[in-house]
Order: sequence, then structure tokens, then C-alpha cells
Amino acid sequence: MAGKFGYLTFIVSSVWVTMIALLIAGPVCLLTAIHLTQYAKSWVLKIMAPVIDILAGLPSVIFGVWGILFVIPLLANHIGPFFGKSVSGYSILAGAIVLSIMIIPFILNILIEIFQTVPKELSEASLALGATRWQTIKFVLLKKSSAGIVSAFGLGMSRAFGETIAVLMVVGNVVHLPSGVFQPGYPLPSLIANNYGEMLSIPMYDSALMFSALLLFVIVLIFNAISRLIILRSSH
Amino acid sequence: MLMFLSTTFIGTALFVILFSILRTGLPHLSWEMLSEIPHGGYYFGKSGGIFNAIVGSVYLSLGSSLIAFLVGLPIAMFINIHLIRHTKFVAVIRFLLDLLWGVPSIVYGAFGFTIMVFFGMRTSLMAGIITVSLFILPIIVRAMDEVLRNVPKGLLESAKSLGSTNSEIAYVVYFKQCLPGIITAWLLAFGRAIGDAASILFTTGYTDYVPHALNEPAATLPLAIFFQLSSPIPEVRERAYAASAILIFIVLTVSVVSRILSCKYNKNKINF
Repeated sequence: MAGKFGYLTFIVSSVWVTMIALLIAGPVCLLTAIHLTQYAKSWVLKIMAPVIDILAGLPSVIFGVWGILFVIPLLANHIGPFFGKSVSGYSILAGAIVLSIMIIPFILNILIEIFQTVPKELSEASLALGATRWQTIKFVLLKKSSAGIVSAFGLGMSRAFGETIAVLMVVGNVVHLPSGVFQPGYPLPSLIANNYGEMLSIPMYDSALMFSALLLFVIVLIFNAISRLIILRSSH
Repeated sequence: MLMFLSTTFIGTALFVILFSILRTGLPHLSWEMLSEIPHGGYYFGKSGGIFNAIVGSVYLSLGSSLIAFLVGLPIAMFINIHLIRHTKFVAVIRFLLDLLWGVPSIVYGAFGFTIMVFFGMRTSLMAGIITVSLFILPIIVRAMDEVLRNVPKGLLESAKSLGSTNSEIAYVVYFKQCLPGIITAWLLAFGRAIGDAASILFTTGYTDYVPHALNEPAATLPLAIFFQLSSPIPEVRERAYAASAILIFIVLTVSVVSRILSCKYNKNKINF
């Protein structure tokens, strides 16, 4: 034990998982929010509201169990062979899929709230000028709330970055630099959760682990602060 | 069209999650599992149940949501009644609470662990309750704050003109007006507390016995699922699926109860 520690592999894994989760969740949330606030009849929103609430309230360990029961067999038996690779399923992609389902209700709630604060008169004016529904959405709604959308994604990203148990259960936890989405990874929160047991038995190990907690805390805090500030700024 | 698809995608995602877990979990659910603590060799597939984890989870989340409620209610009231004129200050408080809300639970766990080490405590129900209540405090305060914020100003003004003090307004007028929202906030925090695993991983420990005192370690459902799922023995893994079915039941019940309660108590509300 030389007392040297490096976080590169963990940070890279975290970034991979978070980014892919956001790539999956982002478009789905955006489209759903537009659909629910612009096109759908009010009873659709009435059905979807409890669905989103329940999805948001499910414990993360449940998402982890779902990942093991559903996502991993899916990856190992169908998606992996489709790309001509034999994979175990415990991979960055599995973590990202589970994570994306977890952050969807979170982002969606903020997006719906943002879209509902856009004044109706603006869309009405645009429609009255002869713009189609889609043009109105593209040039009025999305333009007006672009800052809010970006910060909603920022908030979702920091939520994804800090998520522990669900990711830990499906991501594989192998310490190496991941080179593809089918490879296992080892994100930062999993590092803390897996190693706290040995924390006090190896010298300097506890402070290294605590530093990774601090790192996580600072990164998430910065992301959150920026996103919240943007939302506050745009709501004035 | 694409939008409709993505909406249905989210709806089906929920049902796929519930269905796949319940289908695997329910067949292995038995009365023995609900009512007995693990016997010898339980983790090798012998007899026993997860009664210890259910009780531990309920103790933990009841205790922590009670503490968070007792601390959080005055905070939310103070923000919305006493500080109602200092809008800038309130905005800063809300901003900070939102930041705290976003902090990952594992960071709270690590924080609770350092505090435990500092005070020389061992893993115990007490430490878990303190950590989890720290974790759910911002959630419960923000949830109650959102409810109190929507109370019309006229109510405050008329109560003040009748000569009531700020505390009377808070705990008599506003409390009654916002009871459904406050209950919903409490249940939200309860659901968060019962489902969270990362913050109690360090602090609450794990035991095969039902805790009898605050300084004993306690088992919790999420951790029971987590530990049993990593077992190589299929019987133990099946129990983990059954345990997740139990956890889903608890969370869904909390959600449904909060909906029913908030509908029921809405009748006491003064409408403007």
C-alpha cells in the first residue's frame, strides 16, 4: 500500500453512465412533456400524474432489482448478440438504462411545470398569426423555455450522478477504463458504497473514500446551483 | 406521434417494472417470510423470514420522518408566515433547501458515518434515524413549503386583523387549511425514508434480530434485498424478489393512502 489513490476510472465510469442515461431520458421527457401539456386531453394528464408520482416514489433498490430481472437478460440475450458481441449484461449500458428510467419522472415534473408557466397568450398570438401547432411549439414554447429545459436536464444529470444502489447492482463494478457501453464500469458512488467496510482497516483509505464523497458532493452541488439559478433567473 | 409514443413508453415502463418484479416475487412470498426472523442457515436457503427487516424499516422510517416532520413543520411555517415580507431572504432559503434536496443520499450516508466516528457511536438504529432525517428534512420542508405558499394572502390578513399572533396563524389557521398537503408531504418523506438504501448502508448496520433499543443495529428492507440478491444461492435470491414485492406494496400503499387522505381532508379547506 503506497498510499496513492486515483479516481480516473471511477469518474470516467460515472460520466459515461450519466451521459448515456441523460441521452435516453432527455428526448423522452421532452417529447412527453410537450405531448402532455400541448396535445393531450386533460384525462391523459390525470392518468399520467399518478404514474409519474409512483415512478418517482419507487425506491432505488426496486429499480436495481428490475435491472437485474429485466434489463440485464435483455442486454445479454437480445441487444448484445444483435451487435454481434457476447456480453454478460452487467455493463455501463445497463446502469444507464436503469438510471434513465429513474430520472425520467424527476425531469418530466420540472419540464411540465416550466411549460405550464409559459403564458397561453404567447401561443395564442402565434396561432393567430397562422403558425401551425408544431411551429408554435418550436418557435414559441421551446424558445421561451429553453433555459428552463437546459436546467431541468442539469438537475436530472446531478440526480443521476449521485444515484448509488440501483447503478451499483447492475453496472458490474470492475475497475478499469471502460472503452464501450457493453463493458462494466465502476462509478463514484459505487466506490463509496462497496468499500466503506474496509474503510478503517487500511491507512489513509478512509480519507480517500471521504474525498470521493466530497468530490461527488461538490460536483452535484455545482450542477444543482447553476441549474437552479437559471430556473430562478428565467422565472422572473 | 413520437410524443404519444414516448408518453406511452413512460406509462409502460412503470407497468413493466411492477409486473416483472411482482411476477418473480409473488410466488415466493409466504407467511413464514413475513412473520419470522432469519433462522440458522437462512442465508444458505434454510427456513426463516425477513420480519426483522420489515420491522427495522418501519422503525427507521417512522422515527426519521417524525423527527423531520417536527423540525420541518416549524421551518416551513416560519418561512411562509414570519418571513413573508423578506422575499429575498426566503428566496435564498428556498435555493439552499433545493440544493440540499439534490445532494445524493450516499453523501448523507458518508456524512452520518463521519459523525458517528466522531462521537464514537456504533452502527445503530439511532444513527440511521439521524442520518435519514437529515436526508429527508429538505424534502419535507420544500413539500410543505409549496403547500403553504399557495395559501391565499387574504387568509393571513384576515387572521391578523382579528388579532391573532403569528404562531396562532401558523398552527391553528394555516395548519388546518393545509392539513392534506402537510400529510402528503409527511407521507412523501416516509416513502423516501423507507426506500433509501445508500444513506443507511453505513449507519444502520444489519442484524438478524428485531431491534429492541435505539442503540442496536437494525436490518432494513432495501439492504435485505440488496444483500440477498448478491447471494449465489437461488433460494436466497428468490427471497430477495419476494422482499422487493413487499417493499413495492408498502410504497404503493403509502402513495394510495396519501391520495385518499388528501381527498378526504380537502373538505375542511376554506375556498376563496
